Amino acid sequence: MIERAALLAALSKVRDPELDEPLTDLGFVSALVEDEGRVTACLRLPTYFCAPNFAYLMVADAKTALLSIPGVTEVNVVLEDHFASDEINSGVGANETFRATFEGLANDELGDLRALFNRKAFLVRQEKLCREVLEAGGHPEDLPSLRLADLPSSRAAERYLERRAELGLDMSPGAPVVVTANGTRVAGTRIDEHLRFARTIRISVEGNAGLCRGLLATRYGNSGSKGVTI
Amino acid sequence: MYEKDGEKYFIVDGHIHWWDASPENQKNKYGDGFIRCFYDYHKNLSPKEYVWPLEKYQKYSQEDLMHDLFEVGYVDVGIFQPTYLSDFYVEGFNTTERDAVLKEKYPDKFMLNTSFDPRYEQQGLEEFEEKVRRWNPKGVKLYTAEWKGDSKGWKLTDEWALKHLQKCLDLGVTNIHIHKGPTIWPLNKDAFDVSDVDDAATTFTDLKFIVEHVGLPRLEDFCWIAVQEPNVFGGLAVAMPFIHTRPRYFANLIGELLYWAGEDRILFSSDYALWQPKWLVEMFVDFQIPEDMQSELGELTPNIKRKILGVNAARLYDIPIPESMDVADEGTTPEITDKPPVPVGT
Repeated sequence: MIERAALLAALSKVRDPELDEPLTDLGFVSALVEDEGRVTACLRLPTYFCAPNFAYLMVADAKTALLSIPGVTEVNVVLEDHFASDEINSGVGANETFRATFEGLANDELGDLRALFNRKAFLVRQEKLCREVLEAGGHPEDLPSLRLADLPSSRAAERYLERRAELGLDMSPGAPVVVTANGTRVAGTRIDEHLRFARTIRISVEGNAGLCRGLLATRYGNSGSKGVTI
Repeated sequence: MYEKDGEKYFIVDGHIHWWDASPENQKNKYGDGFIRCFYDYHKNLSPKEYVWPLEKYQKYSQEDLMHDLFEVGYVDVGIFQPTYLSDFYVEGFNTTERDAVLKEKYPDKFMLNTSFDPRYEQQGLEEFEEKVRRWNPKGVKLYTAEWKGDSKGWKLTDEWALKHLQKCLDLGVTNIHIHKGPTIWPLNKDAFDVSDVDDAATTFTDLKFIVEHVGLPRLEDFCWIAVQEPNVFGGLAVAMPFIHTRPRYFANLIGELLYWAGEDRILFSSDYALWQPKWLVEMFVDFQIPEDMQSELGELTPNIKRKILGVNAARLYDIPIPESMDVADEGTTPEITDKPPVPVGT
């Protein structure tokens, strides 16, 4: 018997790549059962036509996360009520690549797509962090010289560092905080523009996350937004 | 026309449909899935009293449309944006042919746009020319996520898409409405990406590109293009109803659009019958950026609202506006900037 908490903890590490939030917070996990090391997890999404590439990533990531738990021997992740449920469930079930799962419809794997959204997520987290620094009394003119070592210990800083490390950017204490998604330091004269655009990404992502939660609730009832329901 | 507090507003609804998604017209499970998906949007974002039963939502009458838009919805002119979905529906979802029935009955009430699908190549090009001759449209609505047999979508930069756009230019069909959806070739790319609009807008500077849903779910990509391309506009379909469910978010959204695209390049749309113009117009005219956000986002003046609700679309479609509801340019549109490096990178 594997602790349910361990299963949930593993799934909470799986994010919707577009929304940068865990599947468990978004209410995408509708069922989770385990029997002697064999785990079945059911996922459901806000609409029948959610983008199939992101859906595939979430199903595949959920499978990988659950398989990493000691004692788990077999994992079956089932995507429900989606136009591409059959393709994705059988593709991920048989450990097929994305390209093989959608034969003829894709010309590459999803690494670039994931990386693009990781960069967007990083910029959003950076904007939130800078906003927090300014609200706590920081001065805009000090942002260019802000270093990782200067960061407060806050949730926003933690989230920023987490995504920064994932992108493989410089994590040394003297590294500048305000950087492009490729890690290049943003010059003082361009910081306003840089953060202004990051803010636009944030507004976009926040809007999408709100809409997704609402649509999920409309589709499946209000339990939709409260994490695992079964 | 809508009047409130002594201010008059000419209303052009930039995106309307007269669809048939009834079970009799559904070709397969995707047709059912598509309209149910629309219905969830409708239910989730409409005020309760405006929610229809599913059966009516699948197929509504001419009378419903005329009533909701023109009798109670304040709309002066509605722009039909056909969406064929021929792989999902026997007679199509909302075709030019279907919309033409209403346009012929009430010629002054509608702008009738048509559509093309570049995957029909030369034959499609000829059929498109025939459609233009027949209906003399000023615009097209393009849905790049439309399925066609084994293909799950296309891009504006495809060879035959460029030929069709050239044809638009040759025939004077100058308003190109783009609607992105969840699928596209190749499926491993972000289907909602609007960068192909950027390329097309750079190539065809005499065409106007109206990105529907203001690029949502990729608002940032849309804004980034709009600030660089003077011929790129944003349609507010799907963004409008947030005014009811999430007004502070709506304020942020409008703030972003005004900052990047400016007040002359945003078009009101209900996306009827997804939502109804009556409550959207009423709420938008009443709407103001919350006070605590005004230092950052500014305020919405009656003239800005007039432009968004009708003046901007009327200019694109040469629709005459009564003088009392027109707006002289105030010169607040942001300057078009040279292309800076793409900030997110690839």
